[in-house]
Amino acid sequence: MVDFDRLEKIARELRKEIINMVYNAQSGHPGGSLSAIDILTVLYFGGVLRYDPNNPDKEDRDRFILSKGHASPALYSVLSYAGYFPREELSTYRKTKGFALDGYSRLQGHPAWQHNKHGAPGVEASTGSLGQGLSVGIGQALSIKLWGKDSRVYVMLGDGEIQEGMVWEAVMFAGHHRVDNLCAILDNNNLQIDGDVREIVNIHPLKEKFEAFGWHVVDIDGHDHKQIYDAFMKAKATKGKPAVIIARTVKGKGVSFMENNFKWHGVAPSREDYERALAELTV
Amino acid sequence: MMAVTDIKNAPKKALRDTYGEMLVKLGKEDPDMVVLDADLSESTKTHKFHITFPDRFFNAGIAEQNMLGLSAGFAYTGRTVYASSFAIFLSGRAWEIIRQQIAYNGLNVKLVASHGGVSVGQDGASHQMNEDIAIMRALPNMNVIVPADSVEMEKVLEKVHYMKEPFYIRMGREKFPVIMPVDYEFELGKGFLLKEGDDVSVIACGVMVSIALQAAYELEEEGISVEVVNMASIKPIDRELIKQTATKTGAVVTSEEHSVIGGLGSAVSEVLSEEGCNAVLVRHGIEDRFALSGPAWEVMDELGLSVSGLKSKIRQALSKKCQK
Repeated sequence: MVDFDRLEKIARELRKEIINMVYNAQSGHPGGSLSAIDILTVLYFGGVLRYDPNNPDKEDRDRFILSKGHASPALYSVLSYAGYFPREELSTYRKTKGFALDGYSRLQGHPAWQHNKHGAPGVEASTGSLGQGLSVGIGQALSIKLWGKDSRVYVMLGDGEIQEGMVWEAVMFAGHHRVDNLCAILDNNNLQIDGDVREIVNIHPLKEKFEAFGWHVVDIDGHDHKQIYDAFMKAKATKGKPAVIIARTVKGKGVSFMENNFKWHGVAPSREDYERALAELTV
Repeated sequence: MMAVTDIKNAPKKALRDTYGEMLVKLGKEDPDMVVLDADLSESTKTHKFHITFPDRFFNAGIAEQNMLGLSAGFAYTGRTVYASSFAIFLSGRAWEIIRQQIAYNGLNVKLVASHGGVSVGQDGASHQMNEDIAIMRALPNMNVIVPADSVEMEKVLEKVHYMKEPFYIRMGREKFPVIMPVDYEFELGKGFLLKEGDDVSVIACGVMVSIALQAAYELEEEGISVEVVNMASIKPIDRELIKQTATKTGAVVTSEEHSVIGGLGSAVSEVLSEEGCNAVLVRHGIEDRFALSGPAWEVMDELGLSVSGLKSKIRQALSKKCQK
């Protein structure tokens, strides 16, 4: 049985960590981190992803790739909470100095692979330049299949991100090769840096597009933990085709003045905004 | 070790034919190896691996960006990966994915490009890649190798296969004269002195090495003594050998089937200036221009990438040396 009350509490704590990190660094992307955090919470703490923080290279682990790498505060807070590295290290996010062997930070602005000299344990691919994570995830998924293992690969994309043409090369390829140990999650928060995704370059309809390429599509509310969990189970049960979870989300979710406001894509809060945000999340 | 001296009658072989054969050989030794291509497998010769190991070959279709993302994915899981296409598409179309995934993380991906330079001939400027050494050399962690012939291609692959680092290996389309000694061994970061001389040094890579040898033998008859170095390892480069030969002759000509900007000529000039070598330098290559369609060797001639073109650059270097 999944303890959804516990997941709600974890998600609230992680939202606070995100705000803390971005405030502390005075740099970073709060909006897209807050829209993604419920999905990551269920993935890591709802018993979906198979992983071992004490052995980040464990052979039979599942893999998660944050293709929308600017949501690194969400990923780092999750990895820390999962036990990959201590909570104190979160204060090194976007800082020069930190806990890498050479004394620099392992929490780079955008995630670096765990075996990159400035990468954090638990990070399965270097991302940040948008549109690359899905191809990388497919390569990992095919490699795992070729070895006859049953590990799964999860890749989270942003909705603005799928304007990148490379994403559709990957979508076509995964459908063609029926990569069914792959699950993509689209954090569909409707906003990109310059504004509304539908006004900049419309990506819709999404379901029809993915289905046309041979994918199984699950459409959910990306902040409802029960729906997120069920979607992951449906994706896992899908055989013979890759699955995508289209998660309808709210950019800045959980902090009222950040919600649905594209101005909070990549801006750090002032002292006053920081305190307001934490007060809201502490209720 | 003796280099072949009769260049005109030397046997010829395309490097990509050797590449195809070597992939099959290495695939038998290494069960974790995978090979990717982007719809050019008949031309790059990766199709030989495809036929032998169909499960470990992946054709991305005409989608180089995805091919390199996939390659990174395979390498992240610990596999040895070969990815091939024409040089223009492999290095140019997907450069930023190479940078972000393969170079940044030092992934074990061998980028083996065929049809580098202008010798793709009749396809014209759209398919001729004359800037790849420059853009690949600029990437941290990336090794860049331009083998001179099929013997060297084989030795390079034997050596780098078990080095878990990123490599860019560039081949031409045409059959090149086989000039390297059969007992030659490739070493990363080492050049190879093919012919000794006293008046001027030619440091060349790729097909220009055999052209340099031919030019050297012809100038010998005129009483000009030319030293010829094969600098296949462009990054890392052999600083010691460059210093030695430049100090000895006092005049260096670099020769490459690549733009004079950013390639071997630039790499050698960086060493000469940093080491404070007292030598003149002339860069022989493709001037800052796009090339054109035509049979490969005709295009090469038009651009001066020929024995006579190189000889005039050598004379230019000698006269600069005398003016000093």
